[in-house]
Amino acid sequence: MSKHHVTATVNGDPVEFLVSPRTTLLDALRDELGLTGAKEGCGSGDCGACSVILDGRLVCACLVLAPEAEGHRIETIEGMARDGHLHPLQQKFLEHAALQCGFCTPGVLVAAKALLDENPDPTETEVRYYLAGNLCRCTGYDKIIRAVMDAAAELRQVRTPA
Amino acid sequence: MSDTLERPALNVVGTRPVRPDGADKVTGRAAYAADHSMPGQLVGRILRSPHAHARILSIDTAKARALPGVKAVVTAADFPDLASEILEGGEQASNTRDLSLNVMARDKVLYDGHAVAAVAAISPEIADEALSRIKVTYQTLPHILDVTTAMAPDAPVLHDHLFTEGLAERPATPSNVARRHHSARGDLQAALAAADVTVEGRYVTQAVHQGYIEPHACVANWGADGQCDVWSSSQGHFMVRAYCAKILGIEASAVRATPAEIGGGFGGKTTVYLEPVALALSRVAGRPVKMVMTRDEVFRATGPTSGAVMSVRLGATRDGVITAADVELTFQAGAFPGSPVGAACMTALACYDIPNFQVVGWDVVTNTPKVAAYRAPGAPIVAFAVESALDDLAHKLEIDPISLRERNAVKDGTKASYGPTYQNIGYSETLAAIRDSEHYKAPLGKNQGRGVAVGFWFNIGGESTAAVHVNEDGTVVVVTGSPDIGGSRASMAMMAAETLGVPVSRVHPIVADTASIGYSMLTGGSRTTFATGMAVVQAAEQVIESLKTRAAKLWDVAADKVAWKEGVATCLDPTKPDAKPFTLAALAAQSGRTGGPISAQVALNAQGAGPGFGVHVCDVEVDPETGQVTVLRYTAAQDVGRAIHPAYVEGQIQGGVAQGIGWALNEAYVFDREGRMENPGFLDYRMPVASDLPMIDTIMVEVPNPRHPFGAKGVGEVPIVPPLAAVANAVRAATGVRIAELPLSPPAVLAALEAGGR
Repeated sequence: MSKHHVTATVNGDPVEFLVSPRTTLLDALRDELGLTGAKEGCGSGDCGACSVILDGRLVCACLVLAPEAEGHRIETIEGMARDGHLHPLQQKFLEHAALQCGFCTPGVLVAAKALLDENPDPTETEVRYYLAGNLCRCTGYDKIIRAVMDAAAELRQVRTPA
Repeated sequence: MSDTLERPALNVVGTRPVRPDGADKVTGRAAYAADHSMPGQLVGRILRSPHAHARILSIDTAKARALPGVKAVVTAADFPDLASEILEGGEQASNTRDLSLNVMARDKVLYDGHAVAAVAAISPEIADEALSRIKVTYQTLPHILDVTTAMAPDAPVLHDHLFTEGLAERPATPSNVARRHHSARGDLQAALAAADVTVEGRYVTQAVHQGYIEPHACVANWGADGQCDVWSSSQGHFMVRAYCAKILGIEASAVRATPAEIGGGFGGKTTVYLEPVALALSRVAGRPVKMVMTRDEVFRATGPTSGAVMSVRLGATRDGVITAADVELTFQAGAFPGSPVGAACMTALACYDIPNFQVVGWDVVTNTPKVAAYRAPGAPIVAFAVESALDDLAHKLEIDPISLRERNAVKDGTKASYGPTYQNIGYSETLAAIRDSEHYKAPLGKNQGRGVAVGFWFNIGGESTAAVHVNEDGTVVVVTGSPDIGGSRASMAMMAAETLGVPVSRVHPIVADTASIGYSMLTGGSRTTFATGMAVVQAAEQVIESLKTRAAKLWDVAADKVAWKEGVATCLDPTKPDAKPFTLAALAAQSGRTGGPISAQVALNAQGAGPGFGVHVCDVEVDPETGQVTVLRYTAAQDVGRAIHPAYVEGQIQGGVAQGIGWALNEAYVFDREGRMENPGFLDYRMPVASDLPMIDTIMVEVPNPRHPFGAKGVGEVPIVPPLAAVANAVRAATGVRIAELPLSPPAVLAALEAGGR
């Protein structure tokens, strides 16, 4: 089985890699590019631990074939902190103790960022439904929801200075 | 023994600093088992049984071995055929033969998903192709899934050597009943006969999985010199070392086990599945082997906890004094003996002071995955039965459910149903916290109901080693052998910082591999903050003694003339008025001149863990059209001794509640007629998602445990004990119908409503 040559943009950087046609984007990110922040929890799109943003759209990297990434823009958890500064979502997750084992955390953060990019002022219910595709077994979601709401409030302040 | 009451005010314990492993986890850099790779590593895969019960007639691996790129194929023939031997080392004792046979089936497969062979190859595609080329010839056997069938006299027997233990006489024939547990007090029959009122019920729960999001994974290397390295996700790398050494017939010192970050365990990672197989493959291949389970494999071949059938009968006086309790528990152990029915028997009546009782437990093997520990093993299951019965009793007597529990509550000095006498328990305070809560008094709407339930867990201590090293700049490293599954590195750093009197930001905690720190039991039983924390504090206290000795040397005074307070040594000798105080950093900088590196290690077997009690209140709304149960509001109160890091204590409580709600409402193993699991994925095995749950309010009650330097009690397990019954009791209150079988899924609730005439 011959391999496909794929070129894409990952966290702003041009990348290229060779993959077999059945390789998922998740495996390509993890095994070819060494970006192991996205996790495989199920391989069937049910847990969200592999959440990445593909051309601005939230996807499960385990449900995208790597060759489909050709020419596209991918953002992963590794690109969320910029210039050595944590994203407000990352900072709020730390302050609110919104993680325990941390395995679901990269996917939850990527999904939460996608939410706030779409909707800067979500209600609690909107946050809960947007994150319903990201399983967390440790926290009961309580502190995750609070951290996302708090980060949203902070980001709104940054966007609309008084 | 430290006296909690005489401690000065605390600066670090009880605050909420950012966890030391936090930044790595929010940036995706934390390395879990599957994130680790070694040069030249191969991909390992396991071939699993498609049958629930079958004899293995032959395994032909020739075609797999012949495939280019396949570097190793192993079966049970590549592992020593171990004799039965009880091995202490996990949360509970294990039989090494059963462990080995669960890792790789030898003569029989005992459940759908049981491992029969494994391959290592240069790519996943080749490994999968190799699996498809292994030919296993099975003779299928009749299978049994539920305990009632398994106990029938004519049931097919899983193990020819299994004779029920715990009976007055050893039975003449083998059966599927591994053990009978029994405990009793007083005269049960007389008390039941004399009771003003009795209630009784038969309760059923299904097997549920721990549901950690990280599948089991490891990388293992068998060196050319026989030295083995294992990098894996587990709740105890010393357990991994011990089990790998036994299963492979090698010395413990030949195995160096390194803990990866662990992506959730909840008890399910207190045993091994992949590690010995990866080592066996590596031995043959001469290269490292990486193995990662799929979610399907996690469901079919690991965990879960037991399904159960239980009966409870309570007798009480008219004014609500419980005089008699008769409890019988039958737990599904899965393919090998070892359900948590023993712990369930011990916790069954642990919240109640009942003069006459009998508790009988049966441990029964079935053709389902061998159960593994799951958070307070056994306790949530039996609490579902007992707390449902208590609720019915409260209803029958028209007594408030908290009042009924207060009237019968154990207190300090009560002899527990399982033996010891309670001391320093905070159960009454916890009941009062819910009774007095705003939630408990809040009004309810149509189709809504409120349920209450309580729960107990022992919490344990046990063997731990910890080291505290002072670096040359006065920063501190805390080393333990206890994997951090819920934030324990934060609490270890905080306890060391508090003891030393330095900011927590100056303390760096790590979990070291089995060659770098002394033995530590696995992280389980809610033991780590208590036992490993005690070792950390004692090591820090030894460091302080060393620091005082060094300051004394520099001042040329006797060591007892040095005081250590808030990270500073001060001279108490009035003849040395010029002796300037030394900070930790100042003493660290001069350590070479005062006796060398400043470091201490403590190894202990911690005793005196304080038991934990939880009281939960839950509001639900039941949709009469669909049977859908929605949890509207939930408050959990718990005696935590003292919260070291309150945010992570709250997190433990909230997480336990969420798992309990999932167990109550949706989660269950479902098997087809052939005994194959029908829902081995997160789509069909429905764990709670964010939109299923409300905020989970917590009330931390702090009745300190005087046996711990800061008063800590274990907190991680208690919170999963009450929710099953709290939810079921709320559904009972909302609908007037008692449903005694979990899960309370919409079809089950709807059927019960219809049967109840509504």
